Amino acid sequence: MTTETNKLQPRKGSGAPSGESLRELVAHLRQNRTQLRDEWAKRITASKLMTEMTAAEIAAEATSVYDNYIEALESGTLEALEAYARSLSERIIPRGVETHEVVGIVLLLRDVLARSLINSDHGSFDRLNAILDAYEPAANRIVITVAVGFVQERERTIREQQDAIRELSTPVLQVRDRLLILPIIGVMDPQRARQLTEQLLRGIRANRAKVVVIDLTGVAAMDSNVANHLVLTVEASRLLGAKVIVTGLSPEIAQTLVNIGVDLTKMTTVGDLQGGIEEAERELGYKVVPSDDVVAAT
Amino acid sequence: MQVPILKQGTYLIAVVQPDLSDRDLVDLRDALVERVGRHRSTGVIIDVTALDVMDSFASLTLSNLASMIRLRGARTVIVGIQPEIAFTMARLGLTLKGVTTALDLEEGLAYLGQSDPRSS
Amino acid sequence: MRVETTVPVRTESDIVVARRKGREAATPLNFSSTELALITTAISELARNIVRYAGSGEILLRASVNGDRPGITVIARDQGPGIANVAHAMRDGFSTSGSLGLGLPGVRRLMDEMEVVSVLGEGTTITVTKWAR
Repeated sequence: MTTETNKLQPRKGSGAPSGESLRELVAHLRQNRTQLRDEWAKRITASKLMTEMTAAEIAAEATSVYDNYIEALESGTLEALEAYARSLSERIIPRGVETHEVVGIVLLLRDVLARSLINSDHGSFDRLNAILDAYEPAANRIVITVAVGFVQERERTIREQQDAIRELSTPVLQVRDRLLILPIIGVMDPQRARQLTEQLLRGIRANRAKVVVIDLTGVAAMDSNVANHLVLTVEASRLLGAKVIVTGLSPEIAQTLVNIGVDLTKMTTVGDLQGGIEEAERELGYKVVPSDDVVAAT
Repeated sequence: MQVPILKQGTYLIAVVQPDLSDRDLVDLRDALVERVGRHRSTGVIIDVTALDVMDSFASLTLSNLASMIRLRGARTVIVGIQPEIAFTMARLGLTLKGVTTALDLEEGLAYLGQSDPRSS
Repeated sequence: MRVETTVPVRTESDIVVARRKGREAATPLNFSSTELALITTAISELARNIVRYAGSGEILLRASVNGDRPGITVIARDQGPGIANVAHAMRDGFSTSGSLGLGLPGVRRLMDEMEVVSVLGEGTTITVTKWAR
């Protein structure tokens, strides 16, 4: 958070001192808890928010949210509410709940409580104003806290999903003993490139690979950033004792590499994947025997 | 901190510890060069599996080490560079050019044994 | 919430301390092992520059967790002679033949952000940050 403390400061209003107003309002909200919470739940259903959840689930979460809301108002601090917002988000995000729904229901709660405060008897207009002065900024802080907590959790989930997809979409294949093949397909962005490199290096160590064939047949072009990454991958692989053979280099990519200063004569490249595998096998000392020769020998 | 140096036949094997200081690296270099001369070793394996940081100084010192050992007629292999370290070195542009690297001790010994006339 | 640690840097053994403290500070931030390696190596380079070119200085480690965008900031400060031409220092790469130089472009590649403030005769402050994902 920012340099201000996580406290809900009541605005100074006319009439009763704000600390007292806050206590009064919390007492009112506690007293009418059941009725207000049920009214809120009804309004959630009427607004057609949170349709992914059943009425029973909504009622259960409504109770927790209500209680946490009152807690936050009373204690003046938002930490407990932040923690609750995160754990609530973890529960409901997999159900497909969206940001506008979460913000929507907290706003509804804010409105239900505000209306209840306005409609109850305060004795004087000034006292009502004092109570609202205490309530409004605090309630708004709470809405923001819950919304931000939800959004952060959502972003974290999306990032995790993207990582998982990236990892799945490019397997490192062990084809033979000590030989790894990394076929790259599709669009390469710096993030994916970095993940691939890490996966490959771990794979080299785990499989004790001595040769790696990186096949770029499925990649149309790459920017200089990603091209630099390819070079980095070749160099890092060598540090792990593995030689890299690059196959399927399109003329465009070859040009990009030259443009960033790569000496292509220093990089082992072969036209296609099959040729690359044969070259790799030669490196490893396998003799490549055409199948009809074998038949003839027996 | 002393880096343990083991003798295996005509090879010397140095097993580097984590938290190696600049001075430890220089001491290691000098100790290995001295021993290669003394034992007439034909190969040196430096196992950096436990090394948590390989920065420009470490890279430079290891390169110098390999050169000095070559002058004494022996070969050097550096083994055990961790994937994260290899990645970092490549990012920093430290290639250990001219220095042989292998995956682990087993590979290092295999490499030294390859063109070692004594082993065939 | 921010956690700050300051490591005085004067001798080369302080470089090892700075690396270790850097790893300790960065670990709770959920960095991958590769990112940890990048961070500790950057710290090693910056600390060595202080020892080599300024004689003494300090490394401030600032980890922000929860609330603020999570990440680690490393501030390498010294009252040394300063860098005559920062732009030049940022352009010169490591020469693979082994001349060390300041290696600032290298450190820049290891981290996400870098800022260099240096006044001749007064000192240098280098601030680098890596964000956790």
